[in-house]
Amino acid sequence: MEDFLYEEASLLDAWRLDDWLKLLTDDAVYRVPSNDRPDADSKDTLFIVADDIRRIRARVTRLKDKSAHAEYPPSRTRRMISNVRIVERNGATLKVEANFAVHRFRRDGNVRPYVGHYRYELRVEGGKLKISKRDAVIDAMELGSMGSVSFIL
Amino acid sequence: MQKSNTVDNRPYVINEPEAHRFRVNRATLMDPQILELERRRIFDVCWIYVGHESEVRAPGDFRTRIVADRPVIFCRDSKSRIRVFLNTCRHRGAIVCREAEGNAKSHTCFYHGWSYNRDGELDGVPGQDAFPPSFRKSDFGLKEPPKVASYRGFVFLNFDPKAVPLEEYLAGAKEYIDLVVDQSPSGQMEVIQGVQDYEIRANWKFLTENSFDDYHLLSVHGSWLAYLRNSGVEMKRPERGYLLPGHGVGKVLGNDHGCTDNVNFRGRPVACWIPIYGEAAKPEIERIRAELVARLGEARATRVADTNRNLLIFPNLFINDGSSVTIRTYYPLAPDRMRVLAWALGPVEESPTARAVRLDSFLTFYGPGGFATPDDIEVLESLQASLATHREVPWMEVTRGMAKEGEQLNTDEPHLRGFWTQWDKLMHIERAG
Repeated sequence: MEDFLYEEASLLDAWRLDDWLKLLTDDAVYRVPSNDRPDADSKDTLFIVADDIRRIRARVTRLKDKSAHAEYPPSRTRRMISNVRIVERNGATLKVEANFAVHRFRRDGNVRPYVGHYRYELRVEGGKLKISKRDAVIDAMELGSMGSVSFIL
Repeated sequence: MQKSNTVDNRPYVINEPEAHRFRVNRATLMDPQILELERRRIFDVCWIYVGHESEVRAPGDFRTRIVADRPVIFCRDSKSRIRVFLNTCRHRGAIVCREAEGNAKSHTCFYHGWSYNRDGELDGVPGQDAFPPSFRKSDFGLKEPPKVASYRGFVFLNFDPKAVPLEEYLAGAKEYIDLVVDQSPSGQMEVIQGVQDYEIRANWKFLTENSFDDYHLLSVHGSWLAYLRNSGVEMKRPERGYLLPGHGVGKVLGNDHGCTDNVNFRGRPVACWIPIYGEAAKPEIERIRAELVARLGEARATRVADTNRNLLIFPNLFINDGSSVTIRTYYPLAPDRMRVLAWALGPVEESPTARAVRLDSFLTFYGPGGFATPDDIEVLESLQASLATHREVPWMEVTRGMAKEGEQLNTDEPHLRGFWTQWDKLMHIERAG
């Protein structure tokens, strides 16, 4: 399980976004809740990110476009994943949680740390483990000096 | 003629309409003394946004915020009236309420245990018998700003006891607030839970400019326009003389405020369906549209549903009504840093389906994870970083559209000039204290 998450982290840190998309199911969601409502539902609560698979793919398309200025030139990121736990097994679906510390680096000493935990739902499709849900929940009380979540957290 | 204040030995703003000259001194965006003056001459005399009435619904509901630099408690008192208290104990001054939100019968200061009821009155003083006989609890209620008022649910405060009434201050901006509130059949909008609370490493005035500057749309938000196009949203090629797919104007409203007023070319939860919303949402959007027409008539419904507006309430509140409705307020933390708070606003009657569409549509553009706002943040931070060249390159040019006869487009800059003109005017009015 750890290996799968480490591999995902490595693809994202390397900006191999098309390869990362292959880890997702066709009904995958990626969400970052607002800091004051970490456990809410994006249907009735304003989130920072609440993507269905179409918008995840559009997000990747955008991030590869030079006019996505917030990530051009692209940030460097480094993800530390730890405390990986399978919290529920339900048939073919696994619920997994893990802590993250992601540092985002841009030029001129611009370093922004993002700390929190992931809530994954994973299932096997075509013999491969895939991600059907990926919530990145930031611990900070406000997004504050992190500024934006312009990359894939 | 009024004596011009200077920074870097240059006036703050040069405004010479006949010469088609409008320049802003870049040092006004980085100088600590300018920020100190702004605190006294702008934030202490203007009506400053506190919150929306829907955020505190029942007696005792409260939210703690920073407004015009002061920590405040925004709440409903025992009679369900909206109140704003300065969040500082009358004994030694500790923050009385340290929670972000909640409902409370009373607020007890954690330093020496003084407690205040929902009406801000001092209720309990441990060991009160040791205070002098002249000590009266009634003299020590939580302080309130000199003025608090609301317009159609939007609550503002003013630290200037001589300030004009809120409605007079809002002037021409009221018409645009009304257009937003008309989305609701009962005229009641509500703030949806979940706040986007983030900082930008830039001067707060850059965000005022950016929030209604449509000239930057093509260059900064090309990837957002591409996303709309790739998602099946039809956009006309701009007509001759235009940069954007739809017609839009820039306006100054009264002396203080301003807006863009644009024919819609993007999706609107009220009420213009685009493929991004999904086929399933189409009947719902059509139903919302039909309700508008039945209630307001065709002309007003078209005005509400087919035009977008980015409305500045001077100096630091935007109500942007486009891909969704967002309330965005921001304040300086330092000359080169601001805090931004953004909420989504929707009609109270909205169905769960329509609410989900609204929130989804919000995130297509707005916010720190949206497809547009992060690029604005990047621009603002780059503007700030380059201010180090202010001695060699002292001026910003704000003349677009200035020599034009007649209509000023949204991509012209009359509304930006309006902001700077008002800012410059207030910065020249000396205030006691």
